[in-house]
Amino acid sequence: MDLRYTQDETKFRNELASWLASEVPTYGLSPSSHDWDARRVYDTGWQRKLFDAGYAGINWPKEYGGRDATLIEQLIYFEEIAKANAPYVGVNFVGILHGGPTIMAEGTDAQKAKHIRGIISGEQVWCQGFSEPVAGSDLAGLQTRATRDGDDYIVSGHKIWTSFAQVADYCELLVRTDPDTPKHGGISWLIMPMDLDGIDIRPLPTIEGEGEFSEVFLDNVRIPIENLVGKENDGWRVTNVTLRFERGTAFASDMIHLQAFVQDMIKAAKQITSDGTSAWEDKALRREIGHLSGELEALWAMVKLSVCEALESGVPGLGSSAIKLYYTSIYQRITELGVRLMGRAGLSRSDVGGMPSSLFLARHFNAISLTIAAGTTEIQKNIIGERVLGLPKEPKPQPR
Amino acid sequence: MNFQPTEDQKALRETIHAFVADKIPNERFPDLVKSKGFDRALWSELAEMGVFSLRLSEDEGGVGLGYSDAVLVFEELGRRLVPGPLIWSHLAAGLIEGAATGDTVVGGIDLCGPQAGPILIEHLDSIDVLIVLRPEGIFRIDAREIDGEEVEVSLDPLSPVSYVASLPAGTQIADAAASARMRLEGAAIVSGQLLGLASGALELANEYAKTREQFGRPIGGFQAVKHMLADMFVKQEAARAGAYNAGATLDAPEVADVERAVSAAKITAGEGAIRNARTCIQVHGGMGFTWEVIAHYYFKRAWVLENAFGTQDEHSERIATLLEALN
Repeated sequence: MDLRYTQDETKFRNELASWLASEVPTYGLSPSSHDWDARRVYDTGWQRKLFDAGYAGINWPKEYGGRDATLIEQLIYFEEIAKANAPYVGVNFVGILHGGPTIMAEGTDAQKAKHIRGIISGEQVWCQGFSEPVAGSDLAGLQTRATRDGDDYIVSGHKIWTSFAQVADYCELLVRTDPDTPKHGGISWLIMPMDLDGIDIRPLPTIEGEGEFSEVFLDNVRIPIENLVGKENDGWRVTNVTLRFERGTAFASDMIHLQAFVQDMIKAAKQITSDGTSAWEDKALRREIGHLSGELEALWAMVKLSVCEALESGVPGLGSSAIKLYYTSIYQRITELGVRLMGRAGLSRSDVGGMPSSLFLARHFNAISLTIAAGTTEIQKNIIGERVLGLPKEPKPQPR
Repeated sequence: MNFQPTEDQKALRETIHAFVADKIPNERFPDLVKSKGFDRALWSELAEMGVFSLRLSEDEGGVGLGYSDAVLVFEELGRRLVPGPLIWSHLAAGLIEGAATGDTVVGGIDLCGPQAGPILIEHLDSIDVLIVLRPEGIFRIDAREIDGEEVEVSLDPLSPVSYVASLPAGTQIADAAASARMRLEGAAIVSGQLLGLASGALELANEYAKTREQFGRPIGGFQAVKHMLADMFVKQEAARAGAYNAGATLDAPEVADVERAVSAAKITAGEGAIRNARTCIQVHGGMGFTWEVIAHYYFKRAWVLENAFGTQDEHSERIATLLEALN
């Protein structure tokens, strides 16, 4: 159980930190979240800088232009980019984390040639067309239909929670190609160019009143069959192969952001007058912040343990569900404490009276989404109960 | 960096696990209650296994292992609810003659915390020497010189406590820094033991949830119960990460703030042990509230150890103070 970094790891950290120190301050501030075109330019411009410096696709194989960094280097990478306040992966998220790795693993040579370099260098933006109004946690129940017509699939359906659809060039689309086989069996994975006829994008504002989600309506969209990734009706497996690229190293960024937020809270508590003295003098508040920070420290250690387990076994551990549950719980409790601390200043979503209510409320809104997105808390608990603890499974649904 | 236990560490944990599982089967608890949680023969065997001496150098009769090894060993002692002043004798090895070999049974009390009293000493009838942690240093008292009155009923039947109205001053054997250091080490190692409690309680509850049937199904198949067990798993993993982090940071103090790592461990391990013991009782239903099912031992020991080397509240305040210094 050795927490010390090797010389090579430290060298990697130092080089990255000094590169970030020279590039981040001159790159400029992120544009307004409403201005989608500016966001695309900003996020893809940063991706290009990462690419040119050899820091793009940190976990991608070298043959695809990636860094092929060790898992420990990846942890360091996410830690340092958060410490440097570097731009977030933003609109490149789907391509870098899922679309690209899927094409690497399952795509044809032509598909790889067309998309891989574009994704890693920030030229191609991707969005994800998986969830549907009728298929959320039960994703395999999706109903968007694709029927063959000559050299095309004709696709109709309704996708939801599609991030970055407004500015995406391509969509990784899950469709039902065989309505007659049981749910997981009849699904295919298609590359959908977003400029085809029949695609209607409607923004879906979140409880924040804006946000990156859209609904995407598909009405007889003609997608060439050369855009099928993997075999027809094998899309469920194709979707899941990318799991082997994911080791939870990106949590390192979240740890740094949360530590910084705790420091913001302490600063705010010192400014706030309560009972005639600074709110930070309140023993109950100090204990609560201390307790949550202790948990955060343990969570950081949990991430390291899990990544090191993957290092030894080569596969992501089932403990990743525990990390997600613990992370989202801590995040929600810390940010709720932030809202409590704001008191009536929190009635305003823009800063008033010197109180950072805009940041504190934005963080709490974000926190609320985390126990829903990427596998709800309830689904994660089922995974732990059944796959880790070996408890009896939920009754299987009957095939339609 | 590789934070996972090494092969040697896994083997060490497995050896202790097998030893205590063999020595303390569930059927043995009534005997242990009769002997007030202390058995000299078992104590000698634990000493032979290296439980007290493992961090001493070979010259001093130990094997030169680190804090993370100690955390793993105490995890297994906690899992099986092994009673006795284990941590005090471990901490006293090298400081009090005979502690490492088990010939001298060393108990202790920590008087550095914020609580003024009462002074309650665990296992007073079984120990030979008491060490006292005070802010000004470590003191040694011959147990025979202590006038203590065993309380009528102790919380944990395996951790008898005696009320001491007036504790003799004893002989100072180490300075203030050594006292603070021992308190820190104690908090780290007791976090390992608390992790073991959290984990043992989960194992017990999980086994029951798979075998106990109601409405024609094992109760663990119902989401309400399954999700309670998943929550216990998360608490266990948080306790594990906290405790291992404390041990590994003590072993390599250049990597992070040792005090913060240890306080974080005491918080997450304490919470894991208490919450998992409570949920273990709940999962067992009415039987969980009986003396017969061993769930209550986890619950009671968890509260004994919560009050060792600083409570969650005290360590939470400590972390807040450390964070404020960074602000």
